[in-house]
Amino acid sequence: MTKQARWAGMPRLAVAGLLALLSGATQAAYKLNFQQPATELAQEVYDLHVWMMWVCVSIFVVVFGVMFYSVIKHRKSLGGAPATFHENTRVEILWTAIPFVILMVLAWPVTKTLLSMRDSSNADITIKVTGYQWKWGYDYLKGEGAGIKFMSVLSTPQDQLDNKAPKNDNYLLEVDNHLIVPVGKKVRILTTSNDVIHGWYVPSLAVQQDAIPGFIRDTWFRADREGSFTGQCAQLCGKGHGYMPIVVDVVSAEKYAAWVAGQKQQMAAGAEDPNKVWPLADLMKHGEAVYAKNCVACHQASGKGIPSVFPALDGSKIATGAKLEHIKTVLNGRPGTAMAAFGQQLSDTDIAAVITFERNSWSNKTGDAIQPSEIKTERH
Amino acid sequence: METTAMGHAEVHDHGHGPTGLKRWLTTTNHKDIGSMYLWFSFAMFIVGGIMALLIRAELFEPGLQFLDPERYNQIVTLHGLIMVFGAIMPAFVGFANWMIPMQIGASDMAFGRLNNWSFWLLIPASLLLVTSLFVPGGAAGVGWTLYPPLSIQMGMGMDLAIFSVHILGISSILGSINIITTILNLRAPGMTMMKMPMFAWTWLITAFLIIAVMPVFAGAVTMLLTDRHFGTSFFSAAGGGDPVLFQHVFWFFGHPEVYIVILPGFGIISQVISAFSRKPLFGYASMVYATASIAVLSFFVWGHHMFTSGMPVTGQLFYMYATMLIAIPTGVKVFNWIATMWRGTLTFETPMLFALGFIFLFTMGGFSGLVLAMTAVDVQMHNTYYVVAHFHYTMVAGALFSAFAAVYYWLPKWTGHMYNEKLGKVHFWLTMAFFNMTFFVQHFLGLAGMPRRIPDYALQFADFNRISSIGAFGLGISQLLFLYIVVSCIKGGPKAAAKPWDGAEGLEWDVPSPAPYHTWEIQPQVK
Repeated sequence: MTKQARWAGMPRLAVAGLLALLSGATQAAYKLNFQQPATELAQEVYDLHVWMMWVCVSIFVVVFGVMFYSVIKHRKSLGGAPATFHENTRVEILWTAIPFVILMVLAWPVTKTLLSMRDSSNADITIKVTGYQWKWGYDYLKGEGAGIKFMSVLSTPQDQLDNKAPKNDNYLLEVDNHLIVPVGKKVRILTTSNDVIHGWYVPSLAVQQDAIPGFIRDTWFRADREGSFTGQCAQLCGKGHGYMPIVVDVVSAEKYAAWVAGQKQQMAAGAEDPNKVWPLADLMKHGEAVYAKNCVACHQASGKGIPSVFPALDGSKIATGAKLEHIKTVLNGRPGTAMAAFGQQLSDTDIAAVITFERNSWSNKTGDAIQPSEIKTERH
Repeated sequence: METTAMGHAEVHDHGHGPTGLKRWLTTTNHKDIGSMYLWFSFAMFIVGGIMALLIRAELFEPGLQFLDPERYNQIVTLHGLIMVFGAIMPAFVGFANWMIPMQIGASDMAFGRLNNWSFWLLIPASLLLVTSLFVPGGAAGVGWTLYPPLSIQMGMGMDLAIFSVHILGISSILGSINIITTILNLRAPGMTMMKMPMFAWTWLITAFLIIAVMPVFAGAVTMLLTDRHFGTSFFSAAGGGDPVLFQHVFWFFGHPEVYIVILPGFGIISQVISAFSRKPLFGYASMVYATASIAVLSFFVWGHHMFTSGMPVTGQLFYMYATMLIAIPTGVKVFNWIATMWRGTLTFETPMLFALGFIFLFTMGGFSGLVLAMTAVDVQMHNTYYVVAHFHYTMVAGALFSAFAAVYYWLPKWTGHMYNEKLGKVHFWLTMAFFNMTFFVQHFLGLAGMPRRIPDYALQFADFNRISSIGAFGLGISQLLFLYIVVSCIKGGPKAAAKPWDGAEGLEWDVPSPAPYHTWEIQPQVK
């Protein structure tokens, strides 16, 4: 919207004008309710909420109608002496009983919706969602696509986060690998976590389930229309809590089948040869990419970390000392700290490359080229 | 009620104790201690408020401007802890100290030295919290709920928060023991339980809640401490524990805690509404029973904070129904307040305005609470700004508004001067307007799916965040006016009568204004 257009719109709608004036970068529609539902259950929840809002508004209007009537009509300036009544058991019983009835009327449909919400049986596809600090891992466990697994990481460029580049429309709601599911199929989501508690929350699907380390929880959805739906981590999980969005693409059965076939092919082609010997330059290049996705949030692009919160790698004992200690730290993490175990998240090649990168970047000049085979022998 | 002839002879007799700083360190006088509580609370209110403004400044527009994400999380955590434990709870203990002995015709609190000790414990506790920002690694960045395993990962700032919670807990338990003993044992002859002012009643019930749940919280954070340092695994699945156990224990404390911060406010509002309607409180007995039922029910609803943690559907249904039930006694209170006003002779001095603002906004917070109680709907709103809006409607428009009502209502009694009524009203209207500007729009943010506790957000949330931030700065700055009004009322102003509000009831209005250093050394007779 141009500046002129914005000003021209002002007189028409004062409120909208004020909002437009206040809004800088974005002119998105002002949402006053839930996101557009994409499942039958989400629609039920949407309707329940609207209905409850009207019940609340009606009660509010009646109760405060009485209060404001009193404020206006029973003020001292209008004269008159105060009444002296101060109790009435019948009235007390009445205004205890009526709300009780209203509450029962409210509870009934919510109970029905909740019961179907929690019935995750007979799913067509089961996907395990694992929360990591600060990304999501998806494993297709059952149904069409079983065996596919990938990580999903925020893809908003660092420049935009740092206010050095204009923010795009999907700012903070975009990831590299979307979760792809077919339309009309019951998708069961199992949540768990690798480190701290996260929350897998996609509003349009009316799904929010905490991901708890060491335990599995479940939820489900059946999308009734195609589209791309976004969500975010809902449980405070550390510094990257605001930076681990979720993108679910609901696609047609055909597109889904094609996607599954593509993934399987890629997996077959991409199967690494753990015995391949990589030259240092290739390891460095691949390692830089792995570092940018997995390490940079804490250890920073400069390798300097954040003093007394996240240790520096630049010049650190681990990254310049014995190789083995470095490999073990990356594979197994440091229990009790934010350093995650990357053994389950990354391939041998990824780990070899990122360690090589860390040992030969910034002021670190070990010259080590760590090979995937070295990682493999350290796994247990 | 009878005015005794005590009074003026005693006004000047507080020269017998130490003076200067030593007076305040050693005082056992309930009024001195009450004042210290109130000033401490206000100081913490400013500290917590500055933190709130830092949060709102960061959220003014997308992108990171002032705080990096760790600092942001730390500020969010400390804002919550400081406001709940440093600002709101001590404010109500301050009112209790000042007013309960006067209201029930006691000469002081039951345990003077304990009273002194409960106050002075607050100082190290709050210092631990605030200074944790400056230790290596900074303060705990986990939210005031302190959920593990995240809280296990934190640096020493977390340990400071744990010790601070321990000390705060001891302080409020000691304070509660004192209040219960005072109310049960030191009432003047004729002051039967069912004649007590509502403020004393609600505090009595609150004190029992505190004694019941603060040790539970202390236990929960102690388990965190041993998990962090002594190799236990209460909350680690790897060692056979369960992170969700913490949530159960925390919220078993946490839900009664939210009633701890609101029930004394209910008592204040009951008295203020009645005074400025010039009519006795409607349904006194039902008010007492409603307060007690809220307190009892508060022990059975903690699971609604965990609807997305994963629990059997029967558990969800139980917590949903139990939570909905709380709406009934709460509704009874609102209806009784309105019935009190009905056919009264209403005037709208500042305390009354804050009381009306309280009823209006707190009821909105009650309605959003009812919506959140509905498990199926809650799944869409859990951990979003809808929740943030909800609890600020109950805690700011609830607890804070009732504290403002109390200050304006009793300020003439404390200082012997009338405050500037015109400025008081301005303070109310500014607070009312900016409060709603700050928090009403957060409902929409939550509905649209903006999670809480994030330092940066997607672009579609930008407009409402901007409005909210502007409102927050207005709200913050308006409180400087409050400080000015209070300070100038202490310094001077029109002389206040013993009973400056013609509709006010209660023994506190039988003593002169300002209330002498010692009151009710001879017990009054209540008929």
